Amino acid sequence: MIGLLDCNNFYVSCERVFNPALNGVPVVVLSNNDGCVIARSNEAKALGIEMGVPIFKIRALVQQKNVRIFSSNYTLYGDMSARVMSLLRTKVPQIEVYSIDESFLDLNGIKNLEIFGRQLVAKITRCTGIPVSLGIATSKTLAKVANKFAKKYKGYHGCCLIDSEEKRLVALKRTNIENVWGIGRRLSAKLKAEGILNAYQFSLLPPAKVRQMMTVVGARLWRELNGEPCLFLSDEIENKKQICNARSFGEMTQSLDDLSAATALHATRCAEKLRQQNLCAGAVLTFIQTNRFREDLPQYFNQALVSFPTATNDTLEIVKAALQALRQIFKTGYDYKKCGVLALSLTPEAHLQGDLFDAKNRLKSAALMSCLDKLNAQKPSCVVSAATCHLERTALKSAYVSKHFTSDWKDIIQVKI
Amino acid sequence: MIKKANIIDLAPLSSTSKIKIPLAQTPIKAGFPSPAEDYLEPPIDLNQTLIRHPASTFFGRVSGESMCDAGIHEGDILIIDKSLEPYNGAAAVCFIDGEFTLKFIRIFRREVWLIPANPSFPKLKVSAENNFLIWGIVTYVIKKMTSSAMPPFPIKSDIK
Repeated sequence: MIGLLDCNNFYVSCERVFNPALNGVPVVVLSNNDGCVIARSNEAKALGIEMGVPIFKIRALVQQKNVRIFSSNYTLYGDMSARVMSLLRTKVPQIEVYSIDESFLDLNGIKNLEIFGRQLVAKITRCTGIPVSLGIATSKTLAKVANKFAKKYKGYHGCCLIDSEEKRLVALKRTNIENVWGIGRRLSAKLKAEGILNAYQFSLLPPAKVRQMMTVVGARLWRELNGEPCLFLSDEIENKKQICNARSFGEMTQSLDDLSAATALHATRCAEKLRQQNLCAGAVLTFIQTNRFREDLPQYFNQALVSFPTATNDTLEIVKAALQALRQIFKTGYDYKKCGVLALSLTPEAHLQGDLFDAKNRLKSAALMSCLDKLNAQKPSCVVSAATCHLERTALKSAYVSKHFTSDWKDIIQVKI
Repeated sequence: MIKKANIIDLAPLSSTSKIKIPLAQTPIKAGFPSPAEDYLEPPIDLNQTLIRHPASTFFGRVSGESMCDAGIHEGDILIIDKSLEPYNGAAAVCFIDGEFTLKFIRIFRREVWLIPANPSFPKLKVSAENNFLIWGIVTYVIKKMTSSAMPPFPIKSDIK
């Protein structure tokens, strides 16, 4: 059996651990730069606050209902996530960390799964203060379905088990097609047009029809919903496909200097991440975009890719390429909101294919980068970086960030007696 | 009236202590091998000793004097383990009416009492009106030694 353990309203729950006064009141957490709502407490959901809504659109509601807002505090969330996952590792033989707040669990060989699951949920909730839910079924997709039920109905005590044909059918009938893992907005619209409204109806479709409508991915989904596991727990040290670093600007900008500085910074971070994981990128992609929520402004989105003759994780090479890509796509006269850099076609450093005509001294470059990393590891971070990063400072807006409990004693709030 | 006392700040703990394990195979080309070589053990690691459950352990900083008879004072650092079940007599970090506080907990006639360790502070019965939760159990207290704790010396009677 496969389990999916998911932290309930994770970012909000993290804030609540250190500020229990937030329990029972509407709380939302905003994306980087305080742009959009990315996490909501149940009370905030009940007020009709949608996921992803820009904060300026709900200012009135926030004021009227006294919704508490927080800027995202990833230092804290990352730490709490690590705690949840490390507890899981002590109780379950194999886990696949799927995102910051969810993990698939290999539960094969564990008896009395319902009791085990409830105890696991209770333990993690007590030890970390983060409420969690667990869905257990024969496939990943069904475990996702079960997880939704565990979260929705209190009677499950945080753990829902789909371990019989009868339970599977009931669960599928009560799951709307758009809530099935892997069925996006476009696909669910297509299915609804065909009269397929829930997961049960989908599971009854003839396989040939599924394959024709939604290719091999859909066929796999169909089999998973029918109880046949097709997706397995992936190896945790599996090589990543891409590394991305992107952010919105605090204020929109028209300036190429601003974009260059931010792009250089993102490229620098990508290169650092690559080196941390002993990977090299075969190409980098830079993208820029305007604010899609400002329909009154002209909109522009574009991206460009620059590939390397020899895969690299050298900051200087990556920054140079990312900036080259930026210059290809930059157009004047637009108010840019976001830019980012992706490192693509990643290969482990050890498997590097040399280029016969490679003019770069790779050994020297590696030595330089390792020196750079050592310097930058000391606080304050970013001692040495490409000059472009400092063209203009693109400060992040985070007006409602909670205390940095995690990393810095100095940052601890001094509460008066 | 509840006197506010022993309000503490909370901080998650990062127990990333790295223990350097001494490498015994010293490349000695000449001379005598170290007689200690066969007896090398990793040095004592405070993290390991004081933090039994790293994933559920958090730090807090004390402010206030309601626990002074238990030797807990302003500025001390608490090691708090959320994994432990509350028990009679445990020193617990509680959240009550909007603030974190540290008290001994006592269950008496099916009621929860918060007991300070300072006679000038009241014992408090937790009632349904209190917004109350037991946040974690204190396992150790870290105290920085300063000379200000030393009694005045010399005083008259010391001088003969």
